[in-house]
Amino acid sequence: MTSLLVSLGVVCSGGMAAAIVRRPRAATVLGAGSAMLGSVLGALGAARAVIGAPVEALEFSWGDFGRISIAIDPLSAFFLLPIFVLSGVAALYGAEYLKPRDGASGANGSPGLHWLSFNLLCASMALVVVARDAVLFLVAWESMALASFFLVTRENDRRAVRDAGWLYLAATHVGTAFLFPLFLILSHEAHTTDFSAFPAAAAALQGSSGVLFLLALVGFGTKAGILPLHIWLPEAHPAAPSHVSAVMSGVMIKTGIYGLVRMLTFLGPPQEWWGWALVALGCASGVGGVLFALAQHDLKRLLAYHSVENIGIILLGIGLGILGVATHVPALAVLGFAGGLLHVVNHALFKGLLFLGAGSVLHAVGSGEIDRMGGLLKRMPWTGVAFLVGAVAICGLPPLNGFASEFLVYAGAFGGAGSPTNAVSIPALAALVGLALIGGLAAACFAKAFGVVFLGEPREELASHPHDPGLPMRLSMALLAGACALVALLAPWIVQAMAPAVSDASGLDADLVAGQLAAPSRWLGLIVGAVAALVALVLALIAWRARLLAGRIATTGTWDCGYARPTARMQYTASSFAQPITAFFGPFLRTRAHAVRTAGYFPPGASHATETPDVASERVFAPILFATKQALARLHWMQQGGVHLYVLYLAVTLLVLLVWKL
Amino acid sequence: MQLHALALVHLAIALLLAPILLGLVNRTKAKFAGRRGQPVMQTWYDLAKLLHKDEVRSRTTTPVFGLGPVVGLAAAAIAAALVPMAGGPAIVAFPGDLVLVAYLFGLARFFTVGAALDTGSAFEGMGASREVLFSALAEPALFLGLAVVGRRTGSFSLTSMLGAVDTGLWTRAAPELALAAIALGIVLLAENARIPVDDPNTHLELTMIHEVMVLDHSGPSLAAIEYGSALKLWVLGSVLVGIAVPVRTGSPWVDGGAFLAGMAVLAIAIGIVESTMARLRLVRVPQLLVSAGGLAAIALVLTFR
Repeated sequence: MTSLLVSLGVVCSGGMAAAIVRRPRAATVLGAGSAMLGSVLGALGAARAVIGAPVEALEFSWGDFGRISIAIDPLSAFFLLPIFVLSGVAALYGAEYLKPRDGASGANGSPGLHWLSFNLLCASMALVVVARDAVLFLVAWESMALASFFLVTRENDRRAVRDAGWLYLAATHVGTAFLFPLFLILSHEAHTTDFSAFPAAAAALQGSSGVLFLLALVGFGTKAGILPLHIWLPEAHPAAPSHVSAVMSGVMIKTGIYGLVRMLTFLGPPQEWWGWALVALGCASGVGGVLFALAQHDLKRLLAYHSVENIGIILLGIGLGILGVATHVPALAVLGFAGGLLHVVNHALFKGLLFLGAGSVLHAVGSGEIDRMGGLLKRMPWTGVAFLVGAVAICGLPPLNGFASEFLVYAGAFGGAGSPTNAVSIPALAALVGLALIGGLAAACFAKAFGVVFLGEPREELASHPHDPGLPMRLSMALLAGACALVALLAPWIVQAMAPAVSDASGLDADLVAGQLAAPSRWLGLIVGAVAALVALVLALIAWRARLLAGRIATTGTWDCGYARPTARMQYTASSFAQPITAFFGPFLRTRAHAVRTAGYFPPGASHATETPDVASERVFAPILFATKQALARLHWMQQGGVHLYVLYLAVTLLVLLVWKL
Repeated sequence: MQLHALALVHLAIALLLAPILLGLVNRTKAKFAGRRGQPVMQTWYDLAKLLHKDEVRSRTTTPVFGLGPVVGLAAAAIAAALVPMAGGPAIVAFPGDLVLVAYLFGLARFFTVGAALDTGSAFEGMGASREVLFSALAEPALFLGLAVVGRRTGSFSLTSMLGAVDTGLWTRAAPELALAAIALGIVLLAENARIPVDDPNTHLELTMIHEVMVLDHSGPSLAAIEYGSALKLWVLGSVLVGIAVPVRTGSPWVDGGAFLAGMAVLAIAIGIVESTMARLRLVRVPQLLVSAGGLAAIALVLTFR
């Protein structure tokens, strides 16, 4: 607890100091330095609490408005750890990323305000997961939203960034609007805003626990980016500076998952349909997210859609876990929750890494458009290798950490699929198909992203000579890549250490959970062994081939089936690469093509452009918002712009309320 | 988890006989075409020859290009150690090991596709693009098909799953096992770049899928690719034969003999399919794979009886 408080103090005061000092350099040192220092302190404290150090709580009242009540139990600590790790690494990256570059406009505000918002974001994320009081939780939740809004709109001289910022602000408040009734209902029943009284209140409200679950699902799901509430992600992530995207996508959206899981602990024994709902939403988010990612042309938009996909995988895990709890199958419950929670950490690591890699590419090339890139691995080897590690990890492929968590969810789904109860086996089979499809499509998407950006030849002559970033950015990418490998290597032990957190999340007895986790831990140990054999075999084969060849490698142009003068423009583009998939899923994606076709014997020129706007925002939200606007337009006569009239409205409203209350 | 000597013998058999499986396929095709055909050992001769050759690499490529073949071979070899044959034990078995097998092939594919894109060739990009779509659609069919067997045998580790497929199970659950086997057979043809999905012998790069992705590889790297794909055919084939040939007497000689006969029949069947069918149009292939998934889903519905 002390380390958390010290860490929060360091982060906040450092951010404020950064906002006050006038020299940009000093602001960066203060802001980023304090964020890093605070993160190290906080992460050390959280690591101790994850493995089941006694729950520490702190409480004091701030008058009539509520109390500050915080506690670090294993579940909180499990979310605190990635928050601090990724924030610290992102701060290191941001210290270099924000430096004004040659040719870039320096009109984007002082770094001081940026660091103030960044540090406040870190602190409020940490506060969200440790808060034990509804008022404090909502205050932290709101300051998290506001801090990230200011971070997203840093480059607010661009219209796209402003639009993305407003969309994000609106979406996050719509989500919060569902949280207010949720907490109000619970507090009203409990006569206190203290979380510790909520389980009893929820038990008293047993009949309406489904309503509470739905409120939590929409409210927290908007933050997490569950399809179709995800529409702010693909706008906000590309607009934000890359280290901010990393933090937002890696850990901030996970506070939505935390909120959902914490709420489940209040609601008592879950009902089966909650599990079905989460599995269905998980499949939809996972498959939908990856399909839209495939259709994107912008690197950071693509990554943003992959956050939707990974939230889907996490939901599949949690949904299976809920089904296990509801049907009293502890093995399924433990596998589902452990897989989902481990994926929270894994996604923080590899998605953070990928956004940092994308940021380095953006820095070097000056554009996020995938189809213009190519051949960057030779020019930026550090970034390329880091991105490759992230890509392999996010596809859930064996040598890295993504496989460990996806394997747990798979194991749960296979176990559930064998269940004699149809209420379990059918959703488990759905999860199985969903995971398989997500896995294949994600691999396709990252083969496209890595292959087109980093391999081959540059598709367009790039203005500047792209090169790797400086030491801080390289170091932060290397740290995250190392963390991905480390988690994969230590997965058997990590899974066992997760027992207290899984027990908190699932409501099952800690000893039971630890016992149930022994088997998956052993499987993961065998996987680590197989993967170690794989890596050794790859290295041995490389060495053997090098000995066989011993310098007998001739270098020439690519064999383009005999064509003598291939150009870089003849390479397959990302759009062509994804075309068979986007065409196959066309009825869902509704990609629009704008084409100028060739005509006549001597065609002057042709062009082809596609865009895939988000189906949810176009088909669901746009009509709703339009209808709302139309309906409210009738009240337009009230909006006169005169302040005296508005004061009159206030007075009349108050009067009406007074009369009504009398 | 003790190491079975039998499992090691099985792995050695897989490593030795996998290329011969390809020879058998080619021999069958030659017979149908009225030729005498190449020796059954031809793939081994080719591998030996390739190992002595130099390599030519494009100047566009990076080390990723060199990683493709070795990752492909290493992943297939590890997968061979995870898949049991003849109802016996695999070297390593645990619930969900089939996920590891599928994802090892996924890793191999990721790097093969990477190596293809690394050359900057339009043809190889084209092949890579088709490969990723077809494999993404084949994956659900594979898992659904295996889930059918898993539900019927009550286990999700390949060793205990395939070990439990005996004549007794076939008499009880013939329809769903047969449907699952057909679905897995289609997946096998697609994953191993066989007709009707892909034609390993076509002469036109434009219509290829797997072959065109490895156009730029030569020498020992090409040998690694050829051997890797032979192993992949063996591994997926031994899962299919493990389901389709339910001889479980307990004697390694009888079971092993039946298994090897099953593999030979599988190779001949692939040869017959390749000789009597044309390759499907590329736009039809996803439909074939989705129907494989559909067959597996029907089989699953039957397991709810």
